[in-house]
Amino acid sequence: MNNYGEYQFLAVFLVVAVLFALAPLGLARLWAKKFSPQKPGAQKNAVYECGLEARGSTAIRFKSEYYIYAIIFLIFDVEVLFLVPFAVAFLNLPVGAFIAMLVFILLLAEGLAWAWMKGVLTWK
Amino acid sequence: MGMDERSAHVEMNTPGPDEGLRSELSKQGIFTVKLQDMYNWGRKNSIWPLQFGLACCAIEMIAASMARYDLARFGAEVFRPSPRQADLMIVAGTVTKKMAPQVVRLYNQMPEPKYVIAMGACAISGGPFKQGYNVLKGIDRYIPVDVHIPGCPPRPEALMHAFMTLQRKIDAQALTGENRPRHLDPAAPSEFPVPALGEDDIVPAKNERVWEAPVLIR
Repeated sequence: MNNYGEYQFLAVFLVVAVLFALAPLGLARLWAKKFSPQKPGAQKNAVYECGLEARGSTAIRFKSEYYIYAIIFLIFDVEVLFLVPFAVAFLNLPVGAFIAMLVFILLLAEGLAWAWMKGVLTWK
Repeated sequence: MGMDERSAHVEMNTPGPDEGLRSELSKQGIFTVKLQDMYNWGRKNSIWPLQFGLACCAIEMIAASMARYDLARFGAEVFRPSPRQADLMIVAGTVTKKMAPQVVRLYNQMPEPKYVIAMGACAISGGPFKQGYNVLKGIDRYIPVDVHIPGCPPRPEALMHAFMTLQRKIDAQALTGENRPRHLDPAAPSEFPVPALGEDDIVPAKNERVWEAPVLIR
């Protein structure tokens, strides 16, 4: 039998926290029931709340192409970030570092080639 | 429903403990207050206006909310950019016929309880543009206005006076009973008809339930 006695206040704290959050909501609900009737309406519940009527559908779709472009840009972004310090320290580097860098660039180039083959680079 | 309301009415309008008992209790450090008074006290000290200006009166409204005039003293410095969070619409400026539908729609989108201050000559009557073709002759033709402020434009002090007038009005509102305000009455409307630009004027020209033409006595 473990002694959890000193952690009991946590349980109390949890209950009080939940009540603290729920009690005002419950009170507001009761108040609305007793005194203040709810009055929803077509305009009050409208999606757009700037005095103008919404035109067309509000559930519109964005073209995701741009985001894929942006992600592919990251390849070059990160590449530069690593290549510049590599180039600066190139003469003092061992062979292992050179090979590691080649593998890194190969991985990135592979990703680019894959995206190119998928036709991501042609704007539709 | 009717039965329920009547019993609530009796309950709320009974005076509660008499003055002697109240003063006796307050000597012991017990403060008694009616639920209605506490409710109104809370509401009148936290009126959030809608952040919305139409013309030059809005500049005075902005001045009133800034440090020199400091509307925050009345608990009303939180200008809300969304009608869903606002209690008070300050119609500050000339309401053109093109803008009137948007103003009414914004008012409709505010949650109850909601109040309107018509600020300046234009908002209450059309002001200097009353004879013009494109200006509404007072926003009270479409929505119920609680406080009218004359002036062109009214100074921030006048807006503050309107605020205090509105606070007194809120303070006196009954929670139950026959003369309770609109937002507590289930039968009273919360949305008002939005006018539209017609062939050569805004239609309808007025909301019959809100405004009737004054009778001129000559």
